[in-house]
Amino acid sequence: MPDPILTLQGLNAFYGDFQALYGIDLEVAEGEVLAIIGANGAGKTTLMRSISSLTQNRPEMVRYRGEDIGALRADEVAARGIALVPEGRQLFPSLSVEENLIIGGQIGRKGAWSLPAIYKLFPILEERRHQQSTSLSGGQQQMVAIGRALMANPDLILFDEISLGLAPIIIKDIYAALPGIIGEGMSALIVEQDITKALAVSSRFYCLQEGRVSLEGTSATIAREDISRAYFGVA
Amino acid sequence: MEWVNAIVQGTLLGGLYALFAAGLSLIFGVMRLVNIAHGDLIVLGAYLGLSVTTVLGLNPLLALIVVVPIMAAFGYVLQRGILNQTLGKDILPPLLVTFGLSVIIQNALLESYSADPQKLNAGALETASVAVGSLSMGLLPLLTFGIAIAVIAALQWTFYRTALGRAFRATSDNQEIAQLMGLNRRHIFGLAMALALSVTAIAGIMLGIRTSFDPSIGGGRLIFGFEAVIIGGLGNLWGTLVGGVILGVAQAIGAKIDPGWQLLAGHIAFLVILALRPNGLFPRING
Ligand SMILES: Nc1ncnc2c1ncn2[C@@H]1O[C@H](COP(=O)(O)OP(=O)(O)OP(=O)(O)O)[C@@H](O)[C@H]1O
Ligand SMILES: [Mg+2]
Repeated sequence: MPDPILTLQGLNAFYGDFQALYGIDLEVAEGEVLAIIGANGAGKTTLMRSISSLTQNRPEMVRYRGEDIGALRADEVAARGIALVPEGRQLFPSLSVEENLIIGGQIGRKGAWSLPAIYKLFPILEERRHQQSTSLSGGQQQMVAIGRALMANPDLILFDEISLGLAPIIIKDIYAALPGIIGEGMSALIVEQDITKALAVSSRFYCLQEGRVSLEGTSATIAREDISRAYFGVA
Repeated sequence: MEWVNAIVQGTLLGGLYALFAAGLSLIFGVMRLVNIAHGDLIVLGAYLGLSVTTVLGLNPLLALIVVVPIMAAFGYVLQRGILNQTLGKDILPPLLVTFGLSVIIQNALLESYSADPQKLNAGALETASVAVGSLSMGLLPLLTFGIAIAVIAALQWTFYRTALGRAFRATSDNQEIAQLMGLNRRHIFGLAMALALSVTAIAGIMLGIRTSFDPSIGGGRLIFGFEAVIIGGLGNLWGTLVGGVILGVAQAIGAKIDPGWQLLAGHIAFLVILALRPNGLFPRING
C-alpha cells in the first residue's frame, strides 16, 4: 500500500460532556477513495469536522503528510490541502454562485481546478453564475458545494452525504461525475447513507457505530450480512 | 423658503450622521458586534486630529492622512487583542467590554486633554458658503455630505466588488465554513474593525471641524449613529445614509419649530419609523 496521506490515531471528539467519537484509528492512502458508512448519529459528520479541525483535537490525533495537524485552526488545515463538502451544502447565501466558487479557490493552491474547469463539469452553474446561491435547486446547490471544495485544489477531499435530500436521478448524475473529480490523484473520504453507492465508488470502507469503528474492509468483497451487523449492531 | 432651507441644512447634517453610523453598521454586519464605544472612538478621532494639527500645523482635513491609519491600526489591534475574545453565542460579553472601553476612552481623553471644549480649525472653509438661488449652503456641510456619499460608495464597492468584501460577507454568513475557505475569522474581523475605525476617524474630524467637542460627547454621537443605522435598515449601507438624512431633517425641522426641540424631533422620527417598520426602511438589500 502507498504511504498514507491521512492517519487518525485514537481520535476522540466531544460536544461538551458528550463524547461522539471514541479512539478512531483510520488510514487513507495517497490517491485512495475511502467510504465511511454508519447509521444516523454514528459520528460520521463529527469525524469530518474533526479532520477539518472544526472541532479541536490533540495534535497527534490527526496526522497529514507526516505532520501533526490535529490542533491547527480550520483555515490552516484547509491551506494544507484538505477540503470539505459539508453536510447540507452550507453555501454562502450572500454570495452569488460564482463568488461561492471563487472564494473556494481563494486559498490559492495550484492545480487542475479553476472556474472554467468547474463550469465544464457542471455547465448549468455557468448559466446561473450571477444568481444568489440560495435560488438554485438542491442538486445545483450541491454542485456548487462540490465545486467550491474543488476550487481549493485539495489533495484530500471529504464528502459528507452529498446525496442528502436529492432526487435519485440527480444523485446518479453526481455519482457519475465523481470518478472524473477524484480521478486526478486526489484522495477522498466519502460519507454516504446509500451503502451500495458508497461501496461502488470506494476501494475500502469503515463502518461507524456509536462513535466507534465497528468494521473495516475492502469494498468489493465485503458480505452484506457483515455490514448489516456492523451498521446496526445486531449480533 | 425658510422651511426649504431647514430641510436642506438637515439633509447636509444627515451626511455627518451617516458617517457616525457607517462604522457601526459595518461592524454589526460583519460580526454582529454592537460597539457601545463607537461614539467615544469618534471623539478619539477628533482629538487625534487636534494633536496632529497642533503638532504638525496641518489643516484638519490633511490630518486625515495621519489619523486614518492610526485609527485603522488601533482597530485591528483592539479587535485581535480584546474584542475577538468576547465574540460567541452570548451577546452580553461584547456589550459589557465595549461599554468598559467607552469609559476607558473617556477617562483617558479627560486625563490627556482635560474637559475643556476643543475645536478643529479649518480656516476659511468653516465660513465659506455657496448660494443656490436664494438658498445659502455652507461649504463645510456640503463637503461633509459629499464625503459621506464617497465613503459609503467606497464601502459598498469594497463589500460587493473585492475579495476582502467577499470574505466579509462569507464570514458574516457562516463563520465555520468561511474558515474552511482558508479565511481566519480573527484576522477578517480585525480588518473589518480597521476599516470601521478608518471611517470613524473621518467622522471624528468632520465633527471636530463642525462643532466644539469634549471627552463626554461620545454617547450622543453613538445614539445618532444607532438611530441612522436602524432607520435605514440593518446591513444596508445606502439605507444608513438615508437614515442619517431622515434624522438630520427631523432635527432641523424640530429646531425650526422651537430650538429646544431639535434632538427630541430626531428621536421622535426614529421612534415613529421603528413603530411602523421595526426592521427599518431598507433592511438587508444586496448589491
Ligand atoms: N452540535 C452538537 N452538539 C451536541 N451533540 C451533537 C452535536 N452534533 C452532533 N452531536 C451528537 O453527536 C453524535 C454524532 O453525530 P454526527 O452528526 O457526527 O452523526 P452522523 O453519523 O453524521 O449522523 P447523520 O447520518 O444523521 O448525519 C450524535 O449522537 C449527535 O447527537
Ligand atoms: Mg452527518
